[in-house]
Amino acid sequence: MSRRLLVVLCAAIYTFLMLPLVVVFPISFSSALYMQFPPPGFSLQWYERYLDDPQWIDATVRSLYIGGATAVLALALGVPLAFSLARGRFAGRLLVDRIALAPLVVPTIILSVGLYGLFAKLKLIGEWYGLVAAHTVLALPFVVLVTVAGLRDFDRALEQAAEGLGAGRVQTLLRVTLPLLRPSLVSAGLLAFISSFDELVVALFLAGPNMTLPKKMFDNIMMEIDPTIAAVSVMQILLVSIVLVLIGRFGRGLQGSAR
Amino acid sequence: MASRSADLEVEGLVKRFGEVVALDGVSLDIASGELLTILGPSGSGKTTLLKVVAGFETPDAGAVKVDGIDITTMPPAKRDIGMVFQNYALFPHLTVARNVAFPLEMRNAPRAEIDKRVGEALNLVELKGFENRLPRQLSGGQQQRVALARAIVFNPRLLLLDEPFGALDRKLRETMQLEVRRLQRRLGLTTVFITHDQEEALVLSDRIAVMNRGAIQQVASTTEIYERPANDFVADFVGESNIFHGTVTETGSVTLESGRRLLITHSAPVGSRVGVLMRPERFGRGPNTFNGEIREAVYLGSSLKLRLACDDGLELIVRLPVTGPLPASGSRISTGIEPESIHVF
Repeated sequence: MSRRLLVVLCAAIYTFLMLPLVVVFPISFSSALYMQFPPPGFSLQWYERYLDDPQWIDATVRSLYIGGATAVLALALGVPLAFSLARGRFAGRLLVDRIALAPLVVPTIILSVGLYGLFAKLKLIGEWYGLVAAHTVLALPFVVLVTVAGLRDFDRALEQAAEGLGAGRVQTLLRVTLPLLRPSLVSAGLLAFISSFDELVVALFLAGPNMTLPKKMFDNIMMEIDPTIAAVSVMQILLVSIVLVLIGRFGRGLQGSAR
Repeated sequence: MASRSADLEVEGLVKRFGEVVALDGVSLDIASGELLTILGPSGSGKTTLLKVVAGFETPDAGAVKVDGIDITTMPPAKRDIGMVFQNYALFPHLTVARNVAFPLEMRNAPRAEIDKRVGEALNLVELKGFENRLPRQLSGGQQQRVALARAIVFNPRLLLLDEPFGALDRKLRETMQLEVRRLQRRLGLTTVFITHDQEEALVLSDRIAVMNRGAIQQVASTTEIYERPANDFVADFVGESNIFHGTVTETGSVTLESGRRLLITHSAPVGSRVGVLMRPERFGRGPNTFNGEIREAVYLGSSLKLRLACDDGLELIVRLPVTGPLPASGSRISTGIEPESIHVF
């Protein structure tokens, strides 16, 4: 009985979550000139419009490299931070731990307003690397959480074994520790990428005229409502889905066991 | 593989972890080519000793010397010591061949030599054909062999084994013990073996060092440890034993605390307090006779183990050959022991 209830409840939640997709996907292939559901016929016109519009392509490419750069920077900062948090013993470790996770707690709008003031002075508004810096702050907690979880499960006897067999500190790190941590690092990097690729609020404040994909979508909705937005959404959903599949295949989740 | 086996010397090692004294002045000499077992209960400090020798722990005092050269502060990577860990510590992301090649790669050996030596080492542990497996595709015994091959492939000066057979079932453990023994003899490799299993220690060792509470209790050959333990702890920890205390009242005779007199061959000075050890399997006949009631009889297949309450108040564990039907508990029995079978310490 309770099992059946659970199934019904899960089905309901799943449907609720998936319903938007049921609307978005058909509309993106609509032959109508405005949002209409169900669509009267099939057409690829909105995908064509997206692909023919240099502004959309620009925004997409910009989002891709900002996301990529964010992932790289967040890993470069977050992985050493995770090592020191998981293994270090220093005064203020707990404080650093909390600060590292603070971006999860602080409302993004507060962060955006603060960054806007700072970046305006530094002339970083509208620069892609300014946005990368801001997105890195938001992505850092994901990298730290995932990497610390990976390090917690790490069998340090393996590092001792490597050293005993003749590997120096750097060799041990490169040949044993990082390769074994790779699933966590892959997850961390891809999560950082997604968090940047999907991010709107910070981009609204800091992107200036150089729009990221979410900001372009937002502006587009403000100006004109046509099914292009649905086509773009479908593309975005597919890309993020691919990344999530990659995480499932090559990465590991927060709780997942190491093979 | 040409052996470049070294002798090992540890002098006055002290290591504290907060309040706990893990090593309390440990000194040991291990000759080149010798297999020495460090035997002790968990928490006796034996693993700490091994970690200090391997370089994973720095002692608070004392020195570790290999071939007379002080290596106490040398990083583990430079020590040239092969080690087999309790849970093997095989690199899970590397194949068997790459695991075994690891120490050679770290020493920048040429590719051809690496391949040759890895082949030899895998041959030695009878794992030819498993080169491309991952550790998780191997059984416990096979993983153990890979760990062993990896520890000897670079021709180390010393081999350390930290309870390597703990996770194996009894049969496999016995096979591996003999295999390690054979390999160690063949390579002439100075080896320090750690275990809490006294039987394993007796099977494997040239000499045994019994440890307790961070101190060496006795270092001696296997027979010496078993037949002539230095103190209560060693007598009790290695093998089954009947231990009593008493005073030497005249030459060749000791009076136990219960008042019972035993004939001994030991020439301890009259008046000295001594410990007396009688191994259960040494009973049979002899001038020291014991009459008593069987409290418990256990059939062990090859022998009979009895718990005997003697008329003079002593409680004895006695092993006797199986001759007839199992004696009932409560029945009376008479047995004896020769003076030369009684060890006095």
